[in-house]
Amino acid sequence: MTNNPVLEISDLYVAYGSIQALHGICMEVHQGELVSICGVNGAGKSTVLKAIAGVLKPRSGSIRFKGKDVTGSKPEHLHKLGMALVPEGREIFPSLTVEENLRIGAFGRRLDKSYAADLEDLFTLFPILKERYHQAGGLLSGGEQQMLAIARGLISNPDLLMMDEPSLGLSPALVDQIFELIIELKSRGITILLVEQNAQRALGIADRAYLLSNGKIEYSGRPQDLEGSVDITSVYLGGQNGGDV
Amino acid sequence: MNAEILLEFAINVLSMGSLYALISLGLVFVFGICQLVNYAYGEFITVSAYVLYFLGAFTSLPWPVVFLLGIASGVAVGFLSELVAFRAFRERSLDALLVTSFAVSVILQRLFQLGISPRSKAVPIPAFFNMNIQILGVITPLRNLLIIGTTVVLLTALVLIMKYTTLGVAMRGASENFVTARLMGVPANLMISVAFIISGFLAGVVAIFWSARTGSVEPMMGATPLLIGFIAVVIGGMHSLPGSVVGGFVYALIANVLSLTLPSSLLSFRDAFMFAIVIAFLVLKPEGLLRGNYQEERVG
Repeated sequence: MTNNPVLEISDLYVAYGSIQALHGICMEVHQGELVSICGVNGAGKSTVLKAIAGVLKPRSGSIRFKGKDVTGSKPEHLHKLGMALVPEGREIFPSLTVEENLRIGAFGRRLDKSYAADLEDLFTLFPILKERYHQAGGLLSGGEQQMLAIARGLISNPDLLMMDEPSLGLSPALVDQIFELIIELKSRGITILLVEQNAQRALGIADRAYLLSNGKIEYSGRPQDLEGSVDITSVYLGGQNGGDV
Repeated sequence: MNAEILLEFAINVLSMGSLYALISLGLVFVFGICQLVNYAYGEFITVSAYVLYFLGAFTSLPWPVVFLLGIASGVAVGFLSELVAFRAFRERSLDALLVTSFAVSVILQRLFQLGISPRSKAVPIPAFFNMNIQILGVITPLRNLLIIGTTVVLLTALVLIMKYTTLGVAMRGASENFVTARLMGVPANLMISVAFIISGFLAGVVAIFWSARTGSVEPMMGATPLLIGFIAVVIGGMHSLPGSVVGGFVYALIANVLSLTLPSSLLSFRDAFMFAIVIAFLVLKPEGLLRGNYQEERVG
């Protein structure tokens, strides 16, 4: 672990109109780490990722990426700096082919030999995408779309890969596949920030975890230590804090 | 119905449809990217027509140069209006954008009235445009064939650009899901600029053929093509580029069928029949003939 984190968030406040969603979040992700953010529905997990990726503008606080202050930067600018977000609900471009979806993921990259090599590499991870290469994204199954969404994030060779609920709406077999894939990506040295509702699975593979509740960080640390330090039902079921969501 | 009448009908529908397809395509390009119904689009056409008038009447430039400069002025007004007027309000709300487009439209109209003249000016168009030619016994002005050829070339070029260039693929992605495209590194400003540039380019081409048909330009001339564009887009589908082209041709087909079939006493009400058809579309098929992949959010 280096001294300078890849991502450093301090005292982040985000609101939707007059509704405050995040109340002073502090967070760090280091090179090569797999960090997961857990919490119940409405805790603010996706909001954190959207604020980091530039979709939402923070009210106050700061976000530093690779040592640079990027608070309030535009999403396209942050992508160029090396962030990639695999959005919740996959957000595949439905009428575009798999090829074209990937090409947008690689926007700003030259489509040269190194692109072709990265593409071949992705096909070893996601053989199905090679088969479906010329099919419209909207015709893919849910699992295949999730593969495409992750591949679309990876094709830019990001320094930070953020995934928002990658297992949402998938069959148990596919969920297994997605989590195996995340472990594989981590073993390749990719820095990952993972938002998951499936806390048990996410905590099982994470180096560190943040537990989010009502827009605040309830706990941060190693997943193994989590059990002893907070009421575990609040992680999985929302507990007392989640009751009023 | 004999073959000559059929051919004449086909030429009329195709030439009118080509022009209308270009008009509505210019509207839908901008709408697809930033959900803006651009009321100033008609004025883009007027600006180009005035440039054709000034260059044609006061310079001795050869017509290809005049046409190119006319189209260039359409591109310029599209690009600059976005940069100067729309960009500032884009982050606010869609309503603000819509009002801005009214403002741009009215400001340009007043500038034409005060700066040039409220009266119409004759646009010099090369004579061969309106020369009558005979094909298979049908006599038609050459401009009708020119617009068909121009449209075939432009549509082919646009299809190739949208399908095979990274910029085109990004434009299609951005029109389906703008935020996700930005998350993939597609710059919002670039997409919107390009949409306005293409829109202005089409307005410039339309200005040539529109003023060739009417022979003149006046401050409010943009209103009619704008209305035609709206109707074609309602018929074809607001969220689909091919839909807008189809809409243009369907509009021309309906208009020509009405011209042929309506008794002469009702012919002056052709537009009223046209609007009735548009209302029918809005009630029965509000998404248009081709719906595209845009997901409508329900509002009621």
